[in-house]
Amino acid sequence: MIWRDTQERYGLISIGLHWLIAVAVTGLFVLGLWMVGLGYYHPWYQRAPDIHRSVGVLLFAPMLVHLAWRYWNPRPQTLGSVTERKAAAWMHRLMYALMYLLLLSGYLISTADGRGINVFGLFSVPASISGLHNQADTAGEVHEWLAFTLIALVVLHVLAALKHHLVNRDQTLKRMLSSRC
Amino acid sequence: MKYRLLSSIALTIAMTVAPLVQAADYLIDTEKAHAFIQFRIKHLGYSWLLGRFNDFDGSFSYDEADPSASTVEVTIRTASIDSNHAERDKHLRGKDFLDVDKFPQATFVSTGFSENDDKSAVLSGNLTLRGVTRAVNIAVKPVGHGPDPWGGKRRGFEGTTTLKLTDYNIDFDLGPAAREVELFLSVEGIEQ
Repeated sequence: MIWRDTQERYGLISIGLHWLIAVAVTGLFVLGLWMVGLGYYHPWYQRAPDIHRSVGVLLFAPMLVHLAWRYWNPRPQTLGSVTERKAAAWMHRLMYALMYLLLLSGYLISTADGRGINVFGLFSVPASISGLHNQADTAGEVHEWLAFTLIALVVLHVLAALKHHLVNRDQTLKRMLSSRC
Repeated sequence: MKYRLLSSIALTIAMTVAPLVQAADYLIDTEKAHAFIQFRIKHLGYSWLLGRFNDFDGSFSYDEADPSASTVEVTIRTASIDSNHAERDKHLRGKDFLDVDKFPQATFVSTGFSENDDKSAVLSGNLTLRGVTRAVNIAVKPVGHGPDPWGGKRRGFEGTTTLKLTDYNIDFDLGPAAREVELFLSVEGIEQ
């Protein structure tokens, strides 16, 4: 078992966190898009937003661990030309920023009037910033724009990975699927 | 001489009394929040959901001698809807309900006032909400009037009316028990 990252490959922790966050972000996007169109009498009208908020809060933990793990581990060399490596670095920074801002803006919608966020009935995240002018509406609009922007970047991220795999035939995609690559 | 004195006394009395019976104009006291536009709508048919509009202004005139000449004008900033839940208010401001970006104001302009012997009255007027203008009748009762402790004069009314949501192109289905919303209006005017 290779837990830690090296300069050549990702360890299991990084791979696990990457895919956990990938599934959660994609799931939150689809769920969020679906839930805002639900009719009032739909059985999921209350449950879908509850799950969306709860998963969003819980996602904060693996995202912090991911960032910390990345910081305290060697980083596998990005493959490709100088321009590609630069673009990849900025792409990743932007995706991190958008994900954190998405969590923040979502939190600001739900806590705009001082209510906390109940996470699957297990615990409640208290409100901290509330009562700003038009807080729920502004945070909501920002949340929506960030979400669409992030998903656009995710699409580029996936296309770039496929390009590395199919065109360059390098290890970029494979090493995110297995720690032995 | 005697006649002229009497007539001038009469004129003086008339001039003093006249303003008391003339129509008076009132500014609705939203500055100190002695006026409220509240609504209630059934939730699933099981309870009442209450809310209000926090930002509005208006004026009215009331003539004791000729109440039918009374007029009212009110402008409501629809974004100020407040049902004590930020996420719900966000939804109410959105396209499913008030669409406040497109229709930031609702207005009421009276067209008639018919007072009964017991001083209750029906206030008729045109309500513009979500871009739709419709005639509405508001059942009005006077609450009180007279001098206030700070040198002014005030007059207050309460009113109720019921609106059908689809009349104003609000089609979001809240269920069969929630097709109509009741309004409770409480206004206090300061005489100008």
